[in-house]
Amino acid sequence: MATAKTDKAKEIRNAGKEDIHPMEGLLRMDRMPHIWCPSCGIGLAVTAFTAALEKAGLDPNMVSIISGIGCTGRVAGYVKLDSFHTTHGRPIAFATGIKVGNPKVKVVVFSGDGDLIAIGGNHFIHAARRNIDMLVICVNNFIYAMTGGQVAPTTPLAAFATTSPYGCVEPPFNIPYIADSSGAVYVARWTTLHIRRLTKSLTEALQKTGFSVVEVISPCAMYYGRTNRLGDGLDLMRFYHDNVEIRHGEDTKNLDIGFQTKIICGTFVDRERPSYMERYNQWAAEAKGAKK
Amino acid sequence: MKANPREVLTGVYYIDGDVASGFGALAAGCKFIGGYPITPSTEAAEAFARVAPKAGAVFIQMEDELGSMAAVVGAVWSGVKSMTITSGPGYSLMQENIGFGAMLETPFVLLNIQRGGPSTGVPTKTGQADMMQSRWGSHGDYEVIAISPDSPQEMFDYTVKAFNLAEKYRCPVMIMSDECVGHMTEKVVIPSASEIEIEPRRLYTGPPAEYMPYKPDEDLVPKMAKAGDGFNLYISGSVHNEKGYPVTVDEYKSVYVRRLVDKIRRNKDKIIELKEEATDDAEVIVVSYGISSRVAIKGIEIARERGIKVGNLRLVTVWPFPDEKVTQLAKKTKAFVVPEINYGQIVFEVSRCSHGHANVVLVPHGGAGVHVPDDIADAIEYAAKEDQKIETVVEFKTRLERTVFEGGHKLKE
Repeated sequence: MATAKTDKAKEIRNAGKEDIHPMEGLLRMDRMPHIWCPSCGIGLAVTAFTAALEKAGLDPNMVSIISGIGCTGRVAGYVKLDSFHTTHGRPIAFATGIKVGNPKVKVVVFSGDGDLIAIGGNHFIHAARRNIDMLVICVNNFIYAMTGGQVAPTTPLAAFATTSPYGCVEPPFNIPYIADSSGAVYVARWTTLHIRRLTKSLTEALQKTGFSVVEVISPCAMYYGRTNRLGDGLDLMRFYHDNVEIRHGEDTKNLDIGFQTKIICGTFVDRERPSYMERYNQWAAEAKGAKK
Repeated sequence: MKANPREVLTGVYYIDGDVASGFGALAAGCKFIGGYPITPSTEAAEAFARVAPKAGAVFIQMEDELGSMAAVVGAVWSGVKSMTITSGPGYSLMQENIGFGAMLETPFVLLNIQRGGPSTGVPTKTGQADMMQSRWGSHGDYEVIAISPDSPQEMFDYTVKAFNLAEKYRCPVMIMSDECVGHMTEKVVIPSASEIEIEPRRLYTGPPAEYMPYKPDEDLVPKMAKAGDGFNLYISGSVHNEKGYPVTVDEYKSVYVRRLVDKIRRNKDKIIELKEEATDDAEVIVVSYGISSRVAIKGIEIARERGIKVGNLRLVTVWPFPDEKVTQLAKKTKAFVVPEINYGQIVFEVSRCSHGHANVVLVPHGGAGVHVPDDIADAIEYAAKEDQKIETVVEFKTRLERTVFEGGHKLKE
């Protein structure tokens, strides 16, 4: 529904150009349309990220975005930064190489729960331990969606998936808790419904030095929703609306997500710790000063 | 371009092959090694970690080999020369991102100090059984360059060369050494920086908007850029077009993957380095690489004392394989003898290229040790005397094999 106000905004933005997307400068429009299903939440996470990038005031030329494999693994390819679409599970390790090779580059890892927490879980905890300066955006849709809805290490207990046809028998990971206990300096969780708060968290995380993790709970109506008869995308968003509780500073131990239970969102960790490069440079300077 | 004096530890050393390779990496301008400790390769990582800070380089010990290889590819795209170091089990884990690196046309060096396999194998003893893995280890079609040094001095020299080849052809370069060469301590002379030639990265210098990351130059190798330079690179492990964008059209796969292999195949004459001696009128030619080529020298000497005309072809470059050279030699010699520390890998390449012109004899070794030179000499003598054309590879029975499998000899624990 076009109002006089939005029309005016569009007019200013376009300034004599054809009708363009407000994020055009940060998206690869020649790659559109994207592959995500209708009502998928990944696009919202990307919108929040591009908005945060503008708000954080970073030079886009000095930001690299690294994805792995999967639905969210496609993000790097749609964002107009230095984009790297890497192997399954390895974007954090790849990003570690970029960061250490050229510490001036801000690295953002944008990938899914399967990529970062299952196959890439080891890299996740170790990059957090080292406190490599990077922002990890983990889109959690509770399922392996690209491959057709298989059970994931984030699938809530008892939820159905194609490879857990009688209900998931494994308890899921609590991502903020892993990040916190491994040493991350910034940990937050939002759903794609909380676009304004998510943008704010991403902006804060981008401005931080150190390993920052933002978990984005995202609706997958096509697989998670359909398999569990949870309705369409709108129903999933409505569920977030009715069942999310915001508790900033909540102990990350208490952030487990059950099947259709309350989801606690907020910023849970925001602390300072020397980053890997800060420590390395300091000790390298000492090594240079030493005789042997 | 000459090496940077800050990175060259000029002097005369008495060090092992691993350490020499670590120093070679530094001299070549390597600024990043991501690695995971594994015997018998750790000394190379330790040597580099010790000297790295003074040259502004970083050694990072990653959580595993999967991460090491991924970090190395990432570091290269950030603009620095990078390497990783490993042995058998670690090499298997790295295959995933070796293929990724090859797909992205990432110049990097991998030092594999081979040990006996399969699986955990014989951790502290030698082997040469990863040679085929170095060529075919990751899935899909791609080409690599593999070099096999046979002394600590060569470990230094060829580590520098490996970096140069990687930059020149934008592909993974494997230094396929082994435990013997890695742990062998000999004199190593590191020359002054002005005597070391360095291949700089082939960087794109035109306007960023016109940059096509995968548009090849005449030699089929594209120019590179790095993160943080305003190119809005799109670099993907999926099959991509010249712009770097993933494509699923058959034609692109043919064009792109074809070039990935062709850039090595068509430049192989420039890449391949061989050491050839007395092959002109040889009855038998020994083909070997790495530590086996050191042992073969003695075997050849013994055979010559027995009055046999023996030639020596040492494969410094193992991949790409010198097909034409072997075929050409096959036409004028009676047989090839191939000693290698495995149950037959490179010998089948020799057999393939000899096209039935010459007999091919394998002198196998199960690993954990090197050949007895007399075995190589005996194999040469057998090959020289055999007048029948044998179409398959002949496996020569070594002393060890005869004792174990024919004499009913009970193995001592």
